Amino acid sequence: MNISSEAIGKPESGLQWEVRGNELQFAGALTLENIEIVHSRIMTALRNVTGSEIYLNLAAVNQIDSAGFAFLNSISSRLEQSGTKLIWRQIPDEISEAGKTFALREGERPADHKPQSLIENIGEGAYRFFADGVRSFFYLMANTMYWTFTDMFSHRHRRKGEFVRQTVLIGADSIPIIALISFLIGLVLALQSAAQLRQFGANIFVADLIVISMTREMGPLLTAIMFAGRSGSAIASEIGTMVVTEEVDALKTMAINPIRYLVVPKMHAMIFSLPLLTLLADIVGILGGVVIGYFYLSISPWVFYNRMISVLIFRDLMTGFIKSLIFAGLIVITGSFYGFRVKGGAQGVGKVTTAAVVTAIFLVILADSLLGLLFYFD
Amino acid sequence: MQPIVEVQNLSAQFDERVILKNISFDIMPNEITVILGKSGCGKTTVLKHLVGLYELQQGTVRIMDYDINEITEDDYADLVRKMGVLFQNGALLNSLSVAENVAVPLEQNTLLSPGMIDYLVRVKLQLVELEDAYSLYPSQLSGGMRKRVALARALALDPPLLFCDEPSAGLDPVTLAALDDLFLNLRNSLGITLVLVTHEIPSIRRLADHIIFLDDGQVLFSGPLDAALKSDIPQIGHFFEKEIV
Repeated sequence: MNISSEAIGKPESGLQWEVRGNELQFAGALTLENIEIVHSRIMTALRNVTGSEIYLNLAAVNQIDSAGFAFLNSISSRLEQSGTKLIWRQIPDEISEAGKTFALREGERPADHKPQSLIENIGEGAYRFFADGVRSFFYLMANTMYWTFTDMFSHRHRRKGEFVRQTVLIGADSIPIIALISFLIGLVLALQSAAQLRQFGANIFVADLIVISMTREMGPLLTAIMFAGRSGSAIASEIGTMVVTEEVDALKTMAINPIRYLVVPKMHAMIFSLPLLTLLADIVGILGGVVIGYFYLSISPWVFYNRMISVLIFRDLMTGFIKSLIFAGLIVITGSFYGFRVKGGAQGVGKVTTAAVVTAIFLVILADSLLGLLFYFD
Repeated sequence: MQPIVEVQNLSAQFDERVILKNISFDIMPNEITVILGKSGCGKTTVLKHLVGLYELQQGTVRIMDYDINEITEDDYADLVRKMGVLFQNGALLNSLSVAENVAVPLEQNTLLSPGMIDYLVRVKLQLVELEDAYSLYPSQLSGGMRKRVALARALALDPPLLFCDEPSAGLDPVTLAALDDLFLNLRNSLGITLVLVTHEIPSIRRLADHIIFLDDGQVLFSGPLDAALKSDIPQIGHFFEKEIV
């Protein structure tokens, strides 16, 4: 006859167990603290038991908690898998009473969801993307553009000082970082091109390269990417948090259009700030080129200026301006779109913020490519 | 009998505002103790000191033989396993399902197998009559359901001591009565000591063994419910009279 047994803990709070033949016997406290220690050893001991029935003797158990019942249930399930039945006997009244609270009622287990196949998942995802995502995005875009235009001429629904507050938050506060990064980009661009152009004695063309690239591409694109990171994330997280805390629902119940109240002031501030900041980025970037031209290529600022005037055309500046307006719209709409779609709590806000930034940068670069083709396709 | 919680000369202030003024009381095991008083009298502050969310500024708190002033990190972890806390708004983790919420303390504090944890989660949800909410997320639940899930989570480790901050707030009378029954069952069948902060006078009458009445950061009364009801302290009389009005 196989016998396994063990005693753990102090006499008043410990647990003794024994597997003797086809009987499993417990004495003492069948509680979480003890079960954690003996759980795996009892399971191992039960592997050696043969026969179609094992008797469970709890006569000497003086304390049991929910973990105790979970453990007995786990033993029963394990034995059932190997075709052995656990038969309860000698159950003290107190344990029967506790069982009313801690035993799982039959038929209570909710049906598990049937897992979907890969094809079903792809199909459902694609349907959701177009039917829900794309449609909602264009709906929000149309709504925002309509109210942005309407509220430019109507003051009735505009909160006093909101435009200034948003412009400072979105625009003015971004000046230092935009200026610094644009200056460094201008500097690096000039440095890299200077090294090549010097080999051909074409130093002066550094000015052409910097002026054209900054005004047409680098100025608008860099500013928009920085804005997507800085302001796009702020918009998504602000609106997302308001959705989670039911502030957006509260606005709706007060007959306030959340798009008009939350998104439009940001859009106004953005379409005012972004072109100005793009212009700033152009100027500071070119200044970076001037510095490299002066110290590295011995091109005086005056010569650089004259060269800049001769290559700079109005269309380049207008291109940058139009691009920055479109980028501003994309960043605000993307941030708001994700903000309104937040689900769950803090984690949901984090997720939509990341998604808003990634999508906004993608859309900005996509729009830049399309606009580049449109403006400069000969 | 030794008290399960002993509070001696506890004082607390935030900035210049004094919230608790030298309060002392005991909580006996296997009893339902209700801390009550007007809004802003310091009830939640007391509770947060008891569960260790506020650092003690002055006074001593002993819970189950642990002196909170001198408790080590390991002892504190051990103590926390023996206490359940039900927060006023449930404080569920919104990114996790109901089942995952209830499983968190079991997964983090025990070495139980996933099968046993699942069993315990289902039992605790059964205890609060929310078996069907197993796969739902907190955002899909009503306020009362969220609170019951939070209670299931607080009971996950079968704590001998359970603290509840405004468990009845926002619940309908039927759910409230069911919750009261559950509290009585926890005390009677499982011997759990309950500390409730509540304003709900019918619940207090039904559940309370012991009353601690706070007023302006001081303990105005500490004793059995019957004595509180017969008390000639005007604030207490006024508090219970409001039920009749």
